[in-house]
Amino acid sequence: MKAHLTRRYRFSASHRLNSEKMSAEENLSTYGKCNNPHGHGHNYALEVTVSGQVDPATGMVCNLVDLDGFVSREVVSRYDLENLNTLQEFAQTVPTTENLCVEIYEILHRGFQKAHLERVRLEETMMNSFEYSGGSEILR
Amino acid sequence: MVYLTRKAEFAASHYYHNPDFTPEQNRAVFGKCNNPNGHGHNYTLEVTVKGDVDPRSGFVVDLKQLKEVMHREVLDAMDHRFLNKEVPEFFTQIPTTENLAIAVWQRLESKLQKATLHRVRVYETQDLFVDFYGEQ
Repeated sequence: MKAHLTRRYRFSASHRLNSEKMSAEENLSTYGKCNNPHGHGHNYALEVTVSGQVDPATGMVCNLVDLDGFVSREVVSRYDLENLNTLQEFAQTVPTTENLCVEIYEILHRGFQKAHLERVRLEETMMNSFEYSGGSEILR
Repeated sequence: MVYLTRKAEFAASHYYHNPDFTPEQNRAVFGKCNNPNGHGHNYTLEVTVKGDVDPRSGFVVDLKQLKEVMHREVLDAMDHRFLNKEVPEFFTQIPTTENLAIAVWQRLESKLQKATLHRVRVYETQDLFVDFYGEQ
């Protein structure tokens, strides 16, 4: 039996949305308050969904200790209480929550082997969230 | 096709133990969840059904009937129960959130009229939930 397991995590980080491909005026009109040179921050909520056959011996898709350990080590500790613009992955890319969502998907896709990665969902605030599943359709 | 989701809550206790494992293996795999005295959660259940809207009633499903089935088949059996000892599925299976979602699906699937079961979601806590879409 295949099941989907979703775990929520939280981290806080700051960013500034500014594209080197745009003029100062265009950046301001595109990003508005998010273009403030001093940056601003969010409490992000991250949902990671993995899937797989439920192991009859454990009743689990994957052991949460493994998933929590990986996400804590590779994602939460990398981004929590950091300024996203200072990180290598956002040296050339604007740290929008779209791009952060894709980046987190790629970290998990590359490194987490204990179950199939289905989806990453990232809430920037309670009012907006972003989802990425490597380009495939998201099962509702 | 329209999807309708009904929520319900129930509270239950459980523990994780595989009789084929040694005590050391059980503790290594299940950690604190292996405590045989059990521990509990406030579970939230979301049942999603899908179907075409009936032109006469405007309903995908008779919500009253869905609520009754959820109560009879799931909540009456699981609310304020020790899952390992009082719910037959878990006499032999480990009552993880995964197996709970599958058990709820199996209890509901054949009892629903008109609408088709699409998804069973079981939240063990706000930060952990499992979705089951039937055998895939």
